[in-house]
Amino acid sequence: MSQTSTTPAPATGQAPAPIGQQRGHLPRWAPWASFAGAAVLVVLLDLAFGLNIALYVLYTVVLGTVGVYALTRLVEGARKATDRLVTCLVVSAFGLAMVPLVSLVYEVVARGIERLDGEFFGYSLVGVVGEGGGAYHAIMGTLVVTALTALISVPIGLLTAIYLVEYGRGRLKQAITFLVDVMTGIPSIVAGLFAYALFALFFGPGVRLGIMGAVALSVLMIPVVVRSAEEVLKLVPNELREASYALGVPKWRTIVKVVVPTAIAGLGTGVTLAVARVIGETAPLLVTLGIVNGTNFDPFDGRMATLPVYAYYQLTQPGVPPQFAIDRAWTAALVLIMLVMGLNVVARLISRFFAPKTGR
Amino acid sequence: MAKRIDVSDLNIYYGNFLAVENVTVSIEPRSITALIGPSGCGKSTFLRSLNRMHEVIPGARVEGKVVMDGQDLYAPDVDPVDVRQHIGMVFQRPNPFPTMSIYDNVAAGIRLNNKKMKRADLDTLVERSLRGANLWNEVKDRLDRPGAGLSGGQQQRLCIARAIAIEPDVLLMDEPCSALDPISTLAIEDLMTELKERFTIVIVTHNMQQAARVSEQTGFFNLSGVGQPGRLIEFNSTEKIFSNPDEKATEDYISGRFG
Repeated sequence: MSQTSTTPAPATGQAPAPIGQQRGHLPRWAPWASFAGAAVLVVLLDLAFGLNIALYVLYTVVLGTVGVYALTRLVEGARKATDRLVTCLVVSAFGLAMVPLVSLVYEVVARGIERLDGEFFGYSLVGVVGEGGGAYHAIMGTLVVTALTALISVPIGLLTAIYLVEYGRGRLKQAITFLVDVMTGIPSIVAGLFAYALFALFFGPGVRLGIMGAVALSVLMIPVVVRSAEEVLKLVPNELREASYALGVPKWRTIVKVVVPTAIAGLGTGVTLAVARVIGETAPLLVTLGIVNGTNFDPFDGRMATLPVYAYYQLTQPGVPPQFAIDRAWTAALVLIMLVMGLNVVARLISRFFAPKTGR
Repeated sequence: MAKRIDVSDLNIYYGNFLAVENVTVSIEPRSITALIGPSGCGKSTFLRSLNRMHEVIPGARVEGKVVMDGQDLYAPDVDPVDVRQHIGMVFQRPNPFPTMSIYDNVAAGIRLNNKKMKRADLDTLVERSLRGANLWNEVKDRLDRPGAGLSGGQQQRLCIARAIAIEPDVLLMDEPCSALDPISTLAIEDLMTELKERFTIVIVTHNMQQAARVSEQTGFFNLSGVGQPGRLIEFNSTEKIFSNPDEKATEDYISGRFG
């Protein structure tokens, strides 16, 4: 760590040096050299004591950062040194945050790719013992239940948000905002038990219906929709509402034809992300839908399989030999991640294509 | 069809706060009336009370009478939405609807109110309004482009076209040029002198030269202190206001010896 190109600091008492030349300058490769030096040093440590990969990376980052800071402080001064130090910290934090994400995606793809085949998408688990079988019934169940959830939550959520932004005032608005905040924090299993208790009142204990799952998920999804829609509607400039009123347009028509179309990109994005948020919920579906091996398209009649619950049961009750069911569980997880990612892409596309255009 | 407006003993409140006190004034048809005065003196509030726009703000209300050709605008059976269809408004910042094309912006008053109109009639109306706002030649080849893509001055003229497309009797303008450059300002001032043949125009402005250039009548608003209500100090012909005002306060304000 001695690759420096020091130029002596100007002696005090002379005329001030031109701006930018008072101090020495590190070459651009100096920080990288510092980390390389740290890596070499840690290899030597490794040979002496033996380290695992995590410690190896940790020591390299710490030593490299200290090296960069010391070097920069000596040559370029305190301000630049602090700048480099914080840059190192921020990049390290980013790397740390990426570790679980990358590791998770890698693990799920590596293990799930095995069964990502036509059979998985084409067949249910009816009559399957051991090898083969698929998750057709679970995929369809997830789609049906999620669509039903969106059907319940989106109108309620959007109308609530419109009330809060356009009409709400005083106590009632505060109460609704507070309750929405509380709903955001409800544990998902509580939502499931709520739906179960509600339907058990009418249909007796032990009831399992697709619509129950949709109700449970709605409890979780409505506050998310309200929150995001509220934020987006608040962003619509008041000037547009006034422009509409000044044309003699009634308030409700202003909302329907000016406010909502202006905010439609944000509303679409918010709804899509809310769907992505609930599509992977497991606990409430466990108590409201149960699991079944066959395909059931009717949410008002009996048990339905869904991807998260399917993965859960394949993993916890794999049967003998267990490997086939465990493979199916990983693939179910992979399909679920792909669904969520797909929804995120859709959200991006919505916000791009529906955003108001300036058309310059 | 321009109409006159008679305001008598108008008090305007925001909640319990009296913002404008005791205004009595007659606004002549087919002329431009300018309202001047320092910031916060209630000119905009008064302007917005003329087409009941200030009721949009929660808690805002008025006492007194605003009569347009014999019809009391604040009578209990009058719907504010109807009032606004007869008294149009142009705002300080150009505010075309960002989701609509230039054409749709001009047609907004018709479309948003779900009035049925034949396509050919609507085309005629849009062209007439854009010509009326001196914007037709600049946008006739790109009527389907977004209104937000125009320059600031063009956007403001688009907003004027949108306001005159519903054929109001009165046009209120709240500092319509304060966000524009001098050339766009000149274009809008020329436009106002053309429009006064057909509409009664009331304009709020901070630019006294503008008031002197375009208006026939001028009203000077002032307030005696912070937290005090604004008052109409003097209302006279523009010539008199700017040469030999009756009130000392008006002369001080106009000659810059204010405060």
